[in-house]
Amino acid sequence: MIIEGKTGTWEIVVGLEVHAQVVSQSKLFSGASATYGGEPNAQVSLVDAAFPGMLPVINGYVVEQAIKTGLGIEATVNEVSVFDRKNYFYADLPQGYQISQYTRPIVSGGRLVIDLPGDRTKTIGVTRLHLEQDAGKSMHDQSPTKSYIDLNRSGVALMEIVSEPDIRSPEEAGAYLKKLRAILRYLGTCDGNMEEGSMRCDANVSVRKVGVTEFGTRNEIKNVNSIRHVMQAIEYEANRQVEALEAGETIRQETRLWDVARGVTRSMRSKEHAHDYRYFPDPDLLPLILDPKAIARIKAAMPELPDAKKARFVEAYKLSPYDAGVLVAEQEQADFFETVAKGRKDPKLAANWVIVELFGALNKKGVDVTNSPVSAKNLAGLLDLIENETISGRIAKDVFQFMVETGKDAASIVAEKGLVQVTDTGAIDAAIAKVMAENAAKVEEYRAGKTTLFGWFVGQVMKGTGGKANPAKVNEILKAKLSG
Amino acid sequence: MSALNDLTIAQLRDGLTARKFSAREVADAYLAAMEKQRGLNAFILETPDVARAQAAASDAKLAKGEAGALEGVPLGIKDLFCTKDVQTTAGSHILEGFKPPYESTVSQNLFDAGAVMLGKLNLDEFAMGSANITSYFGPVKNPWKRKDGKDLVPGGSSGGSAASVAAHIVAGATGTDTGGSIRQPASFTGIVGIKPTYGRCSRWGIVAFASSLDQAGPMTRDVRDAAIMLGAMAGHDVKDSTSVPLPVPNYEAAMTGDIRGLRFGIPKEYRVDGMPAEIEKLWQQGIDWMKAAGAEPVEISLPHTKYALPTYYIIAPAEASSNLARYDGVRYGLRVPGNTLDEMYENTRAAGFGAEVRRRILIGTYVLSAGYYDAYYLKAQKVRTLIFQDFQEAWKKCDVILTPTAPSAAFGIGDKADDPIAMYLNDVFTVPVNLAGLPGMSVPAGLSGDGLPLGLQLIGKPFDEPTLFRVGGVLETAANFKARPGA
Amino acid sequence: MSLDPATVARIATLARIKIAPDEQVRIAGELNTILDWVEQLKTLDTSAVEPMTSTVEMVMPQRADQVTDGGYPNKILANATEPVRVSTTEEMGGFFTVPKVVE
Repeated sequence: MIIEGKTGTWEIVVGLEVHAQVVSQSKLFSGASATYGGEPNAQVSLVDAAFPGMLPVINGYVVEQAIKTGLGIEATVNEVSVFDRKNYFYADLPQGYQISQYTRPIVSGGRLVIDLPGDRTKTIGVTRLHLEQDAGKSMHDQSPTKSYIDLNRSGVALMEIVSEPDIRSPEEAGAYLKKLRAILRYLGTCDGNMEEGSMRCDANVSVRKVGVTEFGTRNEIKNVNSIRHVMQAIEYEANRQVEALEAGETIRQETRLWDVARGVTRSMRSKEHAHDYRYFPDPDLLPLILDPKAIARIKAAMPELPDAKKARFVEAYKLSPYDAGVLVAEQEQADFFETVAKGRKDPKLAANWVIVELFGALNKKGVDVTNSPVSAKNLAGLLDLIENETISGRIAKDVFQFMVETGKDAASIVAEKGLVQVTDTGAIDAAIAKVMAENAAKVEEYRAGKTTLFGWFVGQVMKGTGGKANPAKVNEILKAKLSG
Repeated sequence: MSALNDLTIAQLRDGLTARKFSAREVADAYLAAMEKQRGLNAFILETPDVARAQAAASDAKLAKGEAGALEGVPLGIKDLFCTKDVQTTAGSHILEGFKPPYESTVSQNLFDAGAVMLGKLNLDEFAMGSANITSYFGPVKNPWKRKDGKDLVPGGSSGGSAASVAAHIVAGATGTDTGGSIRQPASFTGIVGIKPTYGRCSRWGIVAFASSLDQAGPMTRDVRDAAIMLGAMAGHDVKDSTSVPLPVPNYEAAMTGDIRGLRFGIPKEYRVDGMPAEIEKLWQQGIDWMKAAGAEPVEISLPHTKYALPTYYIIAPAEASSNLARYDGVRYGLRVPGNTLDEMYENTRAAGFGAEVRRRILIGTYVLSAGYYDAYYLKAQKVRTLIFQDFQEAWKKCDVILTPTAPSAAFGIGDKADDPIAMYLNDVFTVPVNLAGLPGMSVPAGLSGDGLPLGLQLIGKPFDEPTLFRVGGVLETAANFKARPGA
Repeated sequence: MSLDPATVARIATLARIKIAPDEQVRIAGELNTILDWVEQLKTLDTSAVEPMTSTVEMVMPQRADQVTDGGYPNKILANATEPVRVSTTEEMGGFFTVPKVVE
């Protein structure tokens, strides 16, 4: 995105730090539950509350999840990584330090291909992914004089995924987050739920005059809880910085908060202290050493990821890149489509039905594909009825409506409602004869050369058969009869 | 028969198993002795009710013939070990009144073996000190007196443990050793103390001082008792990521008395400037005893010895500054109010920590801070590697190393108090052992000119505690140290 | 590298230990004594030496991903100053409290 300022044109530079909660039963260094919610401080072990003498022991599954994610963003999984302590005081940080990875992260140097309008793509570098502990939760609105602290989240495993400053617009930032979320969900390493906070995003935003190669001073916008808000926050912050710079001010490096209600970013008072995190290797832990064979095993078991799936859909099902992109955005959608499309002569028909009819209906109902009233098997059944000419495409749409409402399969609805398509030429002949007899004048007009009436005749015949006549057959026979 | 509280752990074990006396009688004898010696200030908290209840349980087990290795043996627990529902302070105001809802692995292991807890023993605040004068609960007195009658320090940080073992008011005590905190007070009070290899005893539930150096160990009247007690304390713990999964050998069985052919190293760099002649003489005496027992002395070099103390005084405070960040007035311990969160933190930590702890936190914060990390902390970690390598080289030439434990006998309460460096020098012979993660044992070997006990230190290879017990037993026999405080 | 009173104030803030301004000079002196003493490490050439954090020579153990802990908010809150209890029953839990924070 380019901002036209008073003094020239400006370019936005954005890097994103995503905190993705690792899908796991228990926490990174303790056996307490990592589940969202729970009574306050009921999912807290003595380790999470930092009682004296408590020690961390790492969750092996979380390590595996980080490896998987690293492979998913085409990064290097480091065979040796180190856990460091990041020291600072805060009410929801019981240890007085966060166990994180600083100089030696478990994953480094990955990339993500983002999808942009017009089938364009762009590669965004991923600097690193490291494992760290989540903090607890502070609640500031419960009492006039106190903040309340709940440590249920304290110690939950997070992956911090840091992008290169390769992002140049709010749209690219949105596309990056969507793609990253899709990959995390495909891998089952993070549920990507931004509302519950299991995926959070900090955006580092700076601006510079177009053509300038050095980066400007950046500000970090903290913990924005939806993709839309991230995009809005970046746009606001970039414009704010341009205005400030053009007014002759300098940008002070600081942490800012996105104020959803007012749609502005503002300086965070609690972060005013000069930071000096005093990172050093956590002496309660040893270096994390990974067995290359274990990494290879995880690699061999990796699921197909969105980009690969999209390419395969285009190739195998002859879908447009756009349709394929829509289908692979969520793994469940892609799986649904494949169940419907598998072995079908016309997979594009399947794509159309899934994207237009099904997604349309789901949208109206406000449910996602996993809660679809029409199962993939039932939608496939419906398409079978179209393909074997049991029903017409028009009737199929009515049948589909019944399916959405009742959850029943297509064949039962068709049988129940007597919607089987009429392909018996005798019945069609009779209907045509009836229409022609009742409209002798129009027949004469047609025969005199007013062939545009053909469509009207088709309509009448279809009406006469309750819409059940096979349109192709009607066309064929009607043409012959009218020609005399 | 001697008084019950004059019996060693081994003698108690034999007497209890033979039902010559009951665990309850033993506990009562100790509780009475403990009361008489309150002047030592060895205990922060006496737990007679716990002791009597545990002794009764021990008697039941003894009756059924199900006695553990320490069944009915009354011990003192350094107040750095968290004890379930029993106040644990680390000698600090900031933890005053804290009752852990959990039991440290080591104390649990001891109780599982049948041990009886007499109380929580005084120590330097957060185990930071070499004289047990930094405790919020007051200094501990050494039961030994100088000829001039002056009150002496028991050494530190396990000063309450050392004083109580020496005064026979506990049969044994737990200690922890980060830079000498078991061995130096053992030397100052004429008892045996062993710091095992790092990773041998679980650190879970022990208030952390410097995590990469802290290690728990026993403090007892003789080597055999230390072997019995360590056997019960040690073991792999899945709750401690630095606990090593090795089986615990039978340390008592290692005491064969036979050290013929053993090569023992004499590090030339331990002949430090200004070392008192009596220490030098004691060391030579130790060499002669071991030679007489058939072992062979070997001169070795530990060239980076002189850098060990400065290295330690960067690494230990750095780790401590982070380990002690959790004492913030929120979840347990002292809270001093403040108008803001930061004010509450600053007030609480200023009031809760004593001067030495504050000093070390500040040093540790500084050496980790931006711009100084490389010059101090990283540098110290590199020198630690050199010190570690010195020992690895030494093990090519010898099986065990013999040194003095401390450069002096116990000094007066108040001496060296305003000179931190002079105080730190107490640990000159013990600190390298912690930096290298090795086992070290102090054995009482003689008396100073002032009539005060002096110890010799044995340093072993990683997890070679059996050799320390074997050699320690031989030294003990040769030294025949029978002196008692106040005798 | 001599440490001045301003630096003492800065690290005291980092460590959240209140130090009165009139104490800063004295404490700077104490800390400088120690820092001057550890300066001797500078005489060693460690350019080719790897730093050592732990003497333990084993691969870090990993736990299985199972919920084995937590579920005892009463214990967690028992030693706290001014906790706010949601209810007195064990499973209901409650909050720690601190002076109000403005974000």
